[in-house]
Amino acid sequence: MKLSEAWLREWVNPPATIEQIAQRLVMGGLELEVEPAVSEPAIGVVVGHITKAERHPQADRLQVCEVDVGEAQKLQIVCGAANARVGLKAPCAKIGARLPGGLAITQAKLRGVDSSGMLCSAKELALAEKSEGLLELDAEAKPGQAIDQYLNFADNILNLEITPNRGDCLSVLGLARDVAALFGVNLKRSASAPVVVEGHQTLKVEIESLEDCPSYAGRIVDRVSPKARTPDWMRERLRRSGIRCIHPVVDITNYVMLELGQPLHAFDADKLVGSVHVRRARAGESVTLLNEQTLVCENRELLICDDKSAVALAGVMGGAASGVSESSTRVFLESACFAPNAVAGTGRRHKVFSDAAYRFERGVDPGLQRQALDRATQLIVQICGGIVQPITQAGRNQPDVISINLRRSRVTQVLGLEIPAKEIEALLTRLGLLLRAEIGDSWAVRVPSHRYDLRIEADLIEEVGRLYGYDRIAAKPYAAQLARQPSQEAQRSSDDLRLALAARGWQEVVNLAFVEPRIQQAVAPQARTIAVDNPIADTQSQMRASLLAGLIPTWLYNRARQQERLRLFELGVCFERDEQGGVIETARIAGLAAGRVLPEQWGSAAREVDFYDVKADLEALLGSALADCRFIADAHPALHPGRCARLERAGKTLGHLGELHPQLRQSLDLPSGAIVFELELAALREVAVPKPAPLSEFPSSRRDLALVVGEEISAEALLQCARQSGGALLREARVFDVYRGKGLAENSKSVALGLHFNDASRTLTLEEIDAASSAIAQALSREFGATIRQ
Amino acid sequence: MSDELEQLQQSALADIAACAELRALETLRVELLGKKGRVTELLKQLGGMAPEQRKAFGERVNRVKEALSAALDARSQTLAQAELNARLSSERIDVSLPGRGESVGGLHPISRTIRRISQLFGEIGFEVVEGPEIEDDFHNFGALNIPELHPARAMQDTFYVFGGERLLRTHTSPVQIRTMQSRQPPIRIICPGRVYRVDSDRTHSPMFHQIEGLYVADKVSLADLKYDIQTFLSRFFEREIEALFRPSYFPFVEPGADVHIRWHLPDGSSRWLEVMGCGVVHPKVLENVGIDPERYSGYAFGMGVERMAMLRYGVDDLRLFFNNDLRFLEQFR
Repeated sequence: MKLSEAWLREWVNPPATIEQIAQRLVMGGLELEVEPAVSEPAIGVVVGHITKAERHPQADRLQVCEVDVGEAQKLQIVCGAANARVGLKAPCAKIGARLPGGLAITQAKLRGVDSSGMLCSAKELALAEKSEGLLELDAEAKPGQAIDQYLNFADNILNLEITPNRGDCLSVLGLARDVAALFGVNLKRSASAPVVVEGHQTLKVEIESLEDCPSYAGRIVDRVSPKARTPDWMRERLRRSGIRCIHPVVDITNYVMLELGQPLHAFDADKLVGSVHVRRARAGESVTLLNEQTLVCENRELLICDDKSAVALAGVMGGAASGVSESSTRVFLESACFAPNAVAGTGRRHKVFSDAAYRFERGVDPGLQRQALDRATQLIVQICGGIVQPITQAGRNQPDVISINLRRSRVTQVLGLEIPAKEIEALLTRLGLLLRAEIGDSWAVRVPSHRYDLRIEADLIEEVGRLYGYDRIAAKPYAAQLARQPSQEAQRSSDDLRLALAARGWQEVVNLAFVEPRIQQAVAPQARTIAVDNPIADTQSQMRASLLAGLIPTWLYNRARQQERLRLFELGVCFERDEQGGVIETARIAGLAAGRVLPEQWGSAAREVDFYDVKADLEALLGSALADCRFIADAHPALHPGRCARLERAGKTLGHLGELHPQLRQSLDLPSGAIVFELELAALREVAVPKPAPLSEFPSSRRDLALVVGEEISAEALLQCARQSGGALLREARVFDVYRGKGLAENSKSVALGLHFNDASRTLTLEEIDAASSAIAQALSREFGATIRQ
Repeated sequence: MSDELEQLQQSALADIAACAELRALETLRVELLGKKGRVTELLKQLGGMAPEQRKAFGERVNRVKEALSAALDARSQTLAQAELNARLSSERIDVSLPGRGESVGGLHPISRTIRRISQLFGEIGFEVVEGPEIEDDFHNFGALNIPELHPARAMQDTFYVFGGERLLRTHTSPVQIRTMQSRQPPIRIICPGRVYRVDSDRTHSPMFHQIEGLYVADKVSLADLKYDIQTFLSRFFEREIEALFRPSYFPFVEPGADVHIRWHLPDGSSRWLEVMGCGVVHPKVLENVGIDPERYSGYAFGMGVERMAMLRYGVDDLRLFFNNDLRFLEQFR
C-alpha cells in the first residue's frame, strides 16, 4: 500500500524525519520504503488559465491559446492537446522552465506562430506513465501559483508492506496509530466526521448470517451532482496511492478506504430493486462485475443482492449494472464488515483482485463502519453536494468487547527479560489498549475493535516486545536442556556415504525432484508414479520415482558443455504410490558414470568405464556390509540384460547396478553408454560395529588354482564352492585372473583363484596345504566340471 | 729391502687412486692382498729371515698391508658411491608430471552447507531429524496455525498431488510437528530438507532447501533464541556478525522476528540482508501437538540453505545450484 507522507502527517506528526519514522516502523514490524512523490519535479511550471483558444491558421490540430499565468502579460502558447479550451486551468511551463527528462522550454515558433511556453500533460510532469491531453486542474486553482506547491511535489510516497496479521495498518489511520504508539505521541485527528441528515430515504438491509457479515451500514445520498469533479488534492493523494480516478463518488470511497481502512462501495440507488441482501450465492447464480468479468458462483460465494439479482461480490467487487455512472444522482453507500473467511479465497478462485478483498481477507475493524460511512458522506456533500439520508444499520451496532488476561510473569518468561510493570502498562496504553491491574501481577486488557488481531496473551506479549524493541532484548547464554538420542555407530550418515563416494572421484549433484514423464517412463516404466497437480512445466510434471530420471538429463546438460567423462551421484527421496493409494517415499543413492575410466592422463591406457569399475566403488561404499551382500545377475528395464546385477543384502534387494540399456540410447538420444546404479539408502547405512579377530602369528601360505570352466559358471559360484570345501585352514579365496581365448575351448574360460591358508596356532605343513588345496580342486571339478589349466 | 717395500706401497697407492672402476679395484685388491698377492708374497719371505729381522720386517709389511687395505676400502667406497650416484641420476623422473589415477569428487554446495550448519548446531545439542516430503494439510498448515483461506497460505504457493489431497511440503516445519507429536520436551532438533513452492525465476526455484530448528523445554525465551542465532551466524560466517531482529509474522510463532545481518559490500558500504525467520513457538502450535503451553515454551527458526550458501561462498545466481554444471560444482571440492 502506498500513502502520501503529508496525509500521514495530517494524522500524526512526531518530531522526526520520514527516514526516522520509516526506521522506527521497520523495527516495529512494518516494512516501509520512502520514495519522492514525483520522480523528477518540473521547474518553472505554474497554474495556467486558458482565456482564449483559436484554431492555428496553418494547422488543424493546433490551437493558439492565450494563457493567464498570473502576470500582467498573458502568454501566447500554441497547443496540440485536444482538451485545450477556454476556461481550462492546466499546468503551464513558462520560458526557462525545465521539464522532467530535461526538456527546456524556450521561445518558439510553431508553424509561423509564436509560442511562449508550453501547456503540460500529466506525463510531461512525470505524474503518469502515459496520459492524454492536458492535465486538467481545479477551476479554483490560482493562475501563476507554482505547480510544485499547488500539487505539493515536496511530499513523499510511503510504500508500506504489511505481514498478514497487520491488516489494521492498511490505512492512514492505522499506520498513524502505530506511528503514534512507536513514538509515544498522540493522534491529531479522529475518525469521526459529523454530517447532517436531512432526508428520510432508507433501503432495507438483510443479513443472512452474522458470521459472514457482522455489521453492515448503508445510506442513500440523494441529488448528487453528476457534474462534480474530484478535486486536485484528492486526485494527487489517490495518485500517490496508485489509484486511478474514475468518478467523484468512487474516488471518495477509495479515499476513505485509504484514510480509514474501511472498503466502501457505492451503488447507483436507482438501479437497486427493493432491499439489499447479504447472502451466500445459490449454485449457478452469476454476477457481472465492474471489470466486465462475469462469474458463475459455484462455491457459495458471499454476494450483495437486491430483490432481483446479485449486485456485487461482497467485499471483492461491485457489479457492473448497479455501479455509479456519470448520470447517477442518487447513490447508496455500503460500509460493511465482511468476515475474512467469507471473502478469502473468492477473489483468488475467480482471479479477481481488489483493494477491498485484500483488506477484508486480512480483517477490517468491525467497529468502523458508521464512522467511515459518515466520512464518505461528508466528502460527497463537500465535493458533489447532495441530501444526506439516514443510516441503515444491519448486524451488530457495536463489536464485542474483548478482554485478555496478561501475566507479567509470562511476559518475562517469553521475552527472557524483566520489563517493569509500569513500562508494560505504558507501552500497551499507547496502542489504545485499556489495562486494569488484577491480583497476582496481571492485567485485564481491553482491546479496541481496530486491533482485531489481538486475541490471546501471546499477541499482547508480542506487542510489548515490539514496542519495547527487540534490539533491547539481550541475547544471553543459557543452559540448554537436552534429551540426547542414542548414538548409533552401526548407522552411517548420509554424509558418510557422500564423502565415501566423493573420495573415489564421484561428484554429487542435486536435481529437482520434478522429472519429465518421458524420461521417467524410460528408466522406471513399472513405477507407480505420482503426477503433480499443478506443475510448473510439462518437463517437471512428475515426482521422481528413480533418481536416474534426474541424473540422465544432468549428464546430457554437462555433456553439451564438453564434459565427456563424468561420475555423478545423488542422494534423494523417490516417490511412488503404494497399493492403497498412499505415498511411499524411499531415500536412495544413485550414480551415473560415463566416458573414460580415468581422467585424461599420461601413462595409463585410456578405456571406457565399465561395470566392474563402478562395482569396485560400490564395494568400497558398502564397507563392512559387503560381507553380507551379493551381486546377482538380474533383469532391469533400464539396464543391459546381460550387464545388470541386483544387489542383495541378507536376502533383501538394495537396488541395481548395470550398463544403461542400449535401447535407451536411442529413445533418449544419449551420446554414449553409461554405467548406473541406484540403491536404497536405509539398508546401505547399516554396518557392523567392528569386532576384530585375533591376528595369527604364523605365516600364511598361498596356492593358486587356474581352473577351466564353462562360461556359464559364475565367479561367485566358484568362490563359494572353494570356501565351503576349503576347510578351517582356508582364510581367503579370491579371483585374480580371468582368461578367454587361445588355448581354450569355445564357451569356456579360465578363472584363476588365489587361496590363502593359515592357522592361528602353528605353521602349516606343505602336506596340509596341498591336501586342502586339492580338496578344493576336487570339489570344483565335481561341482562344475572344472579342470586345472596346465 | 725397505726401499722395495716403500716402492711397492707408493706404486700400489697410486694404482688404487687411479683405479676408476669397482671391478678393477677388486682385481687390484686380489693382486695386492690376495693369497698370491704381492704383499702376501712378501710375507712369505719371512720364513727365511733371522728372528729379529723377521719381527721388524713383519711389522713393516703389516703396516703396508693395513695402509693398502684402508686405501682400497676408501677407494671402494668412493667408487661405489659414484656408481650409485650415476645410476640414481639415470633414474631421475620428471616430478612435475601430474599424478595418475582417479581424481577426487566432491559434495554439492547445498550438502556441504547443510553439513556445516548441522555440525554447528550439533555441537550445541541439536539432533538432525528428517521427515516426509509429500505431506498432508494438517502437518504442513493446520497444525502450524495456518488455517485454510489464511492469507499466509498465499505467501507459500503450494504444489499438490492426488487431486489436492496431499501436497509437497512448503517448509520443513511439518518435521517439527511430527517430532513434537511423538516426543515430549526437552526437544532440540534441526530439520534440513527439500521444500517446494510454485515459484520459478532468477531468484526462486520450485524446489529448494531449508533448515529449521526447534527448541522446546522449560522457560525457553526470545532471549535464548537471540543468543543461539547470533552465535550461529558468527560461527557460520567465521566473523563477528551484526544481527538485527525485526518483528515479523509467521503464524506458528509469536513473538515472531526476521533476522537481518549487516552485509559489507566490496565498495565499503553495507546493507541489511534478511537471512532467516524465527520466533517463540505459538501456544496454539504446542496445543495442536499435545504439549502444554503453560508448562513448556519453545523457539523455532528457519533459513534457506541456498541463501546461506550464496552468502557464504559469494554465489549470486540461485540457478547454479540446480543446473549442476560440473564446472561450478568442481569448485567446491
